[in-house]
Amino acid sequence: MSLLDSKWKLALTGAVFGILAVVLALLGNPGNMAICVACFIRDIAGAMKLHTAAPVQYFRPEIVGFVLGSFIISVLTKEYRTTGGSAPMIRFILGFSMMVGALVFLGCPLRMLLRMSAGDLNAYIALIGFAGGVGTGTFFLKKGYSLGRSNSISSTDGYVLPAALLVLFILSICTSLFAISEKGPGSMHAPALITLVVALIFGAIAQKNRVCFAGSIRDVFLMRDFSLLSILGGFFVIMLIFNIAHGSFKLSFTGQPVAHAQHIWNILGMYLVGFSAVLAGGCPMRQLILAGQGSADSSVTVIGMLIGAACAHNFGLASSAAAAATETAPATVGGPSPAGQVAVIALIAVVFLIAVTNQKKIEI
Amino acid sequence: MSEIKEINVRGLSCPEPVMITSMALKKYKGQMLKVIASEAHVCINVQKLLKSNNISFDVSNEGDDYVISFQA
Repeated sequence: MSLLDSKWKLALTGAVFGILAVVLALLGNPGNMAICVACFIRDIAGAMKLHTAAPVQYFRPEIVGFVLGSFIISVLTKEYRTTGGSAPMIRFILGFSMMVGALVFLGCPLRMLLRMSAGDLNAYIALIGFAGGVGTGTFFLKKGYSLGRSNSISSTDGYVLPAALLVLFILSICTSLFAISEKGPGSMHAPALITLVVALIFGAIAQKNRVCFAGSIRDVFLMRDFSLLSILGGFFVIMLIFNIAHGSFKLSFTGQPVAHAQHIWNILGMYLVGFSAVLAGGCPMRQLILAGQGSADSSVTVIGMLIGAACAHNFGLASSAAAAATETAPATVGGPSPAGQVAVIALIAVVFLIAVTNQKKIEI
Repeated sequence: MSEIKEINVRGLSCPEPVMITSMALKKYKGQMLKVIASEAHVCINVQKLLKSNNISFDVSNEGDDYVISFQA
């Protein structure tokens, strides 16, 4: 049986993703951050002390599981291919910009969907920006944008990221090398080994169903193809049911966990993510899956995201969340700092430059 | 018998392989084509495009590559 031959089966795989996210949320992950690729790479950057933002430091097994799940299933099904050499440094920049955009919004496209399912209206605003970014990327694809071909390379090259993540994960549970948050999102996590197993299943399914948050909208714009979007539909429905049943559904702009209501920056942050993701050939989640199935180019994109996360916190580019007043502190509206705003605008300009300067005449 | 036209989409990022195959369907209408892909997900995406155009096809392996043969 193929997982891919009908929209209903694809939606079912999306529903399984939803159930896995619910499991992680119930076991301790932050509610509307049950799975967030950008947040979790950011937490790993913090754990490895590439940044020192105390609330967001934890070596997230989810990222390890996504890459290894894809690696294992692709080896077992003989789909594993080590490839590389398609504009690696441009892909690094696209990974970097995806991360900065995501941390200005406060979430990757996956968390945007989780926030939407919990009634966070800021995420619906951000979706406008994300779809706009994907639309802009699709425009340049139609004009002939391409980063060129990747080639078959030494198989050792493709093993580097999965092996490194496995070794670092073992170190994270056997030693005290890495930082762990005492409070904040980094302190909230499901047990490591269970998380790894859940993420392995998630990664293996994602390798088979090709889930991609940017690709799903891109395919609608480009080919009127709704199949990838049906995965997100299944995921959204399960999370919506969970949030309503769990009492965590609240339709509002304010009072949402780890969010801000600076609409223009939610739109521009996710515009940057959507635009970069289309030019990189996939969203942050898809990059992890492609890296697992042997793409050294996607591994470089993932490293770009890791460094992007470190820079976002070291240089104050990441947004702060809105907070209600307490006995000791006044209410804050949250949102990006001036540096974060400049970074988003500058990176959007850089991504436009990448799109314009990588036009190739397609000859068939 | 006319020569089989090869469409090489090896190593291209999504969605370029599907876009190129779609262009080839129009440019070489009625001709025998074979699309050569290096990755499984590309092979599946091309098959999906052909199914949506009601085109029957054969899939084979040549070394590590996937070859999808059909009449456009």
